[in-house]
Amino acid sequence: MEFKKLDEIQKRILMEVADLHTVPEGAFNIRSDGQLAGRASSANIEIVSKEDGSGIDIHIKPGTKNESVHIPVVLSKSGLHDVVYNDFYVGEDCDVIIVAGCGISNCGGMDSEHDGIHRFYVGKNAKVRYVEKHYGEGDGTGKRILNPVTEVYMEEGSHVEMEMVQIKGVDSTDRSTVAKVAAGASLIVKERLMTHGEQTAASGYYVDLNGDGSSADIVSRSVARDKSYQKLDLRINGNAACSGHTECDSIIMDEGRILAVPQLEANCTDSALIHEAAIGKIAGDQLIKLMTLGLTEKEAEEQIVNGFLK
Amino acid sequence: MLELKNIRFDVLEGHEEIGIIRDVSFTIPDNKFVVVTGPNGGGKSTLARLIAGIEKPTAGNILLDGEDITDKSITDRARMGISYAMQQPVRFKGIQVLDLLRLAAGKRVSVSDACQYLSRVGLCAKDYIHREVNASLSGGELKRIEIATVLARGTKLSVFDEPEAGIDLWSFQNLIQVFEQMRDSIKDSSILIISHQERILEIADEIIVVADGMIERQGSRDEILPSLIGTTSAVGVCVPLGGKPAQVPPIPVDQNGNPVPKNKLQGGEA
Repeated sequence: MEFKKLDEIQKRILMEVADLHTVPEGAFNIRSDGQLAGRASSANIEIVSKEDGSGIDIHIKPGTKNESVHIPVVLSKSGLHDVVYNDFYVGEDCDVIIVAGCGISNCGGMDSEHDGIHRFYVGKNAKVRYVEKHYGEGDGTGKRILNPVTEVYMEEGSHVEMEMVQIKGVDSTDRSTVAKVAAGASLIVKERLMTHGEQTAASGYYVDLNGDGSSADIVSRSVARDKSYQKLDLRINGNAACSGHTECDSIIMDEGRILAVPQLEANCTDSALIHEAAIGKIAGDQLIKLMTLGLTEKEAEEQIVNGFLK
Repeated sequence: MLELKNIRFDVLEGHEEIGIIRDVSFTIPDNKFVVVTGPNGGGKSTLARLIAGIEKPTAGNILLDGEDITDKSITDRARMGISYAMQQPVRFKGIQVLDLLRLAAGKRVSVSDACQYLSRVGLCAKDYIHREVNASLSGGELKRIEIATVLARGTKLSVFDEPEAGIDLWSFQNLIQVFEQMRDSIKDSSILIISHQERILEIADEIIVVADGMIERQGSRDEILPSLIGTTSAVGVCVPLGGKPAQVPPIPVDQNGNPVPKNKLQGGEA
């Protein structure tokens, strides 16, 4: 079955952000230009609109295994400012994949903006894999703006793995991710960010490790090209016998600029916290090696950046 | 066939020009396995970099099959058939061994073909093919992968800069076989290896001894090798990465030839 209400541009964006060619299996909610474009609940996953119309609630029954939820958002109108609240209630012992993502195609002269506020309430011993892709396109002068907020509340023994990817076309982004991690729970974040042109991106993580045996591993890899600017703010607070690691690994090219602000706060003597941050241009030897394999300098650069962001 | 004609390479140190390579000419004919040896700091690695196009000579010409490639870029030379294995291979975050072998081969080689290149350099292919070429690999593993990329290219000239550097003796014994095989299947190609290793020198057709930026001697293995045995140009054990064999400092002696205790030495020597 094809998407009926979406035009070609919207379909292409959907493919970029959610790898969707057709209606996904399982539960989904597709939002297009501020309107609902399709929804399905499954036996275990129920999607309902909030009463005030500000977004959706996704309820995943305890014990739900190997199911997925897709909630992509597509914006193809210029001048639209879309704000949406999506709350996920993940029951105990679940094992699910949640795919979100937003694509903007702005060919007009006015700014288009989508601010998605995602809150995750993850039950005991539940496992969640969350994939979020952001993408922008269009040659209008209007800006493509995405300001996502992600909040994660993790109960004992739960495990959340987040992949956040923004590789192309978003003019301005200010992303904020907050997590509160209970005993024995673990959070893994892999962020991939690339900015080009005159883009600016800010990405902040604020993680509280509140329970004994909790852990967080936040790894951000980013590339700033042209005249773009990035600010990466990674903070972990160790409030118990926990272990936390943040890594900020960045490549700057052209006139790109990056500010990395790793922060650790240990509030418990048994917390073990580590941060790593490195910013630099592509190493000359890396380019030379690939050029000795027959690649041009430009091709070598592409390979190195692609690998780095993979 | 590769020809170097009157190659000079100078660098500026302060206001002084230092000659790293001082008028070097030689030819690597087709179907030949040539080893360049000589003391450290003599300019051997610079020669390899000049051939690969990483450095440009101050004077002189480099010809590949009669065509002057002196002004060609690294990429052009690679495409014309020159491969180069670095002494200290580079690491890449996110790029897998398979990706690198595919880039080297210039086509989408199958996983099993890629595995064969790894097996040839003594790596258990299935353990490595999807590994990232990053800091998790040891220096020795990285060297083998570097050599595998040259095998995957299969070009008419392969240049190896100290393949033994950074590899322990035990592993190097197996790696010798790789070069012996290359020697046996050299058909229509040639190999230039920079090495101090006696075992490598033993399979050379020709040996060139480079010292102080110049060719000190060159000739067939039988002519040159006997005079090198026992010197740092032909060592029987492996050397650490960077190619410097362990050196024992001379024991200080007095006028009568008796050893001088450390606390009796004059300024700076202790």
